[in-house]
Amino acid sequence: MSLTDQSAFDIAHKIKRGELAAVDVLDAALERIAAVDGRPGALDYSPLTQEDQTKVHAFITLTADRARQQAERVDARVSAGEDAGALAGVPITIKDLFCLKGVPTTAASRILSNFVAPYTATAVKRLEDAGAVVLGKVNMDEFAYGSSNESSAFKPTTRNPWDLSRVPGGSSGGSAAAVASGQGCLSVGTDTGGSIRQPAAYCGVVGLKPTYGRISRYGVIAFASSLDCPGPLARNVRDAALMLSVMAGADTRDSTAVRLPVPDYLAGIDRGVKGMRIGLSKDYLQISYPDPDTGETIMEDLPAEIRNMTLCAAGTLAAEGAEIVENVPMPNSIYGIPAYFVISRVEASSNLHRFDGVKYGYRARASQGDLAELYRQTRAEGFGLEPKLRVLMGMYMSGGQLSLQYFQRALQARSMIRADFETAFDPDGPYRLDVLLTPTAPTPAFKMGDFYGDSTLMQYSDQLTVSANHAGVPALSIPGGLSAEGLPMGLQMIGPDFAEATLFRAGYAFEQATADADWRAVKPCVLAEVE
Amino acid sequence: MRDEISPEIFAKLADLAAFRFNPEEAEYLRMELNQQLKAIRQLETLALDVDVPLVPRGVTYTAESRPPLRPDVWVPFENPEEILNQAPEVEDGYLIVPDIPHRELD
Repeated sequence: MSLTDQSAFDIAHKIKRGELAAVDVLDAALERIAAVDGRPGALDYSPLTQEDQTKVHAFITLTADRARQQAERVDARVSAGEDAGALAGVPITIKDLFCLKGVPTTAASRILSNFVAPYTATAVKRLEDAGAVVLGKVNMDEFAYGSSNESSAFKPTTRNPWDLSRVPGGSSGGSAAAVASGQGCLSVGTDTGGSIRQPAAYCGVVGLKPTYGRISRYGVIAFASSLDCPGPLARNVRDAALMLSVMAGADTRDSTAVRLPVPDYLAGIDRGVKGMRIGLSKDYLQISYPDPDTGETIMEDLPAEIRNMTLCAAGTLAAEGAEIVENVPMPNSIYGIPAYFVISRVEASSNLHRFDGVKYGYRARASQGDLAELYRQTRAEGFGLEPKLRVLMGMYMSGGQLSLQYFQRALQARSMIRADFETAFDPDGPYRLDVLLTPTAPTPAFKMGDFYGDSTLMQYSDQLTVSANHAGVPALSIPGGLSAEGLPMGLQMIGPDFAEATLFRAGYAFEQATADADWRAVKPCVLAEVE
Repeated sequence: MRDEISPEIFAKLADLAAFRFNPEEAEYLRMELNQQLKAIRQLETLALDVDVPLVPRGVTYTAESRPPLRPDVWVPFENPEEILNQAPEVEDGYLIVPDIPHRELD
């Protein structure tokens, strides 16, 4: 097993005790990248080669020299007897939505393709201060607008390490694919409607959307400011807990970052689920979407293997001592995607107005005429179709009467979704849940090209994740098994505000209880060639 | 089902958003917007209820969790050149842009 396949917890522990050198771990990670990643994403749209189709393409920018300097600093600190940090020498990747001083920060968009961040996002700075070694910036959907990574302006887009003809999910698809294929142990992503959890599910890794405000958004290029949550992606629950411990906390530069103390998420993670009340909801075992022709809402059961994976997990947790509470009503979750279409677009539209070819980023070269013409030409050339679509919908929804017709109803839907969760988690209520257990996504990873271009159906792949964003509550996705086609399926655990420690405890218990399961021994196909 | 966003409305939105499209792009985007509206219309089944609070985000901030306002103090950036250097065109510390549209007032 390569050093890069070890857990972040073990790597940091061994480095701090002098049993491993950070530069050796870095070399192992760079070797893995060279073996599996192929050419990085770029604006050069040359046709895909046969070799391209055998690689993951997680990276946009590899920062190998910078990483070596960081690794050498970690080793020097260990040699000097200093504390090298909780993530000493752990190789990580960063979604290219986070500013990293002196490094290109593109949001996977042409309009920011030449932007070099003059400062570092708080979440990333905390990781670096804890000794993490940043391998580089990884691909994503343009401005985080998508669920497959296919909308990135930087091609080739990321492929799923389990099946290279499939998407890694999105928008944090590069992060999930990098972690799954051993290109770093951890990655930091963002989740606005499911953008950490859905790719984590598709790539067979762990992903957490923390409670809104648990991690600072300072230095993260904004998508929908009332929903955006930075969070960890890791290969196991303990590593995700370790990463959250480092990133969470108040930040004077983000007025939405809460000032609540940060618990030690590793303490008590192995206490098990005995006595925990874990709920199941029929509303999370079906999917609704509009008929493309008539607009009528179609309601369907989720695929049997996804339902069975969830029910089987509930059985496993029950065997570990959890009390399973069935038929928890979450009736307003059906409004999650419609409300998200409105709220996220209105906020995205507002956030994208700053990109105009004047202060930073891309400026159209052939621009003639006045400033208004410069704006039009720059935005026409700089943005891909997905950001344009989101801005147009956001502007439409913001207008006069429509604001009443749709936007206020969307805000009301958000409050009603929140109320569903408050009832489910109310310690004096009828259900008194600690955790709501659901599938993360309605299907395993789909084929590249299957949905790209159909923005409505693509959005519905987030149907089971988006309600947690509306409600602001934390939600963890962990691997729950493999489909008949050998693809990872994700299990979602949702908790009340700031109950991340409970989610880690439940997730860890499930990991331990299934440690010897056959499906745990199956690895992504790209790793077969390097082992 | 009717198209809620007509070509005329689309053109108005594109102008407001400072976008420019070729005819194929415009038609594709207009169709996508109308398709999304079919999903959004599900919200029309909700009766607006004055008793349901409309909140800026899902999580409720409490006295314990809400961060205090930071002091209203100017803090200089350590290296403003790094920010200015990101601009496509700068001269003597000023951002350069083409003519700003204007009209003479009577």
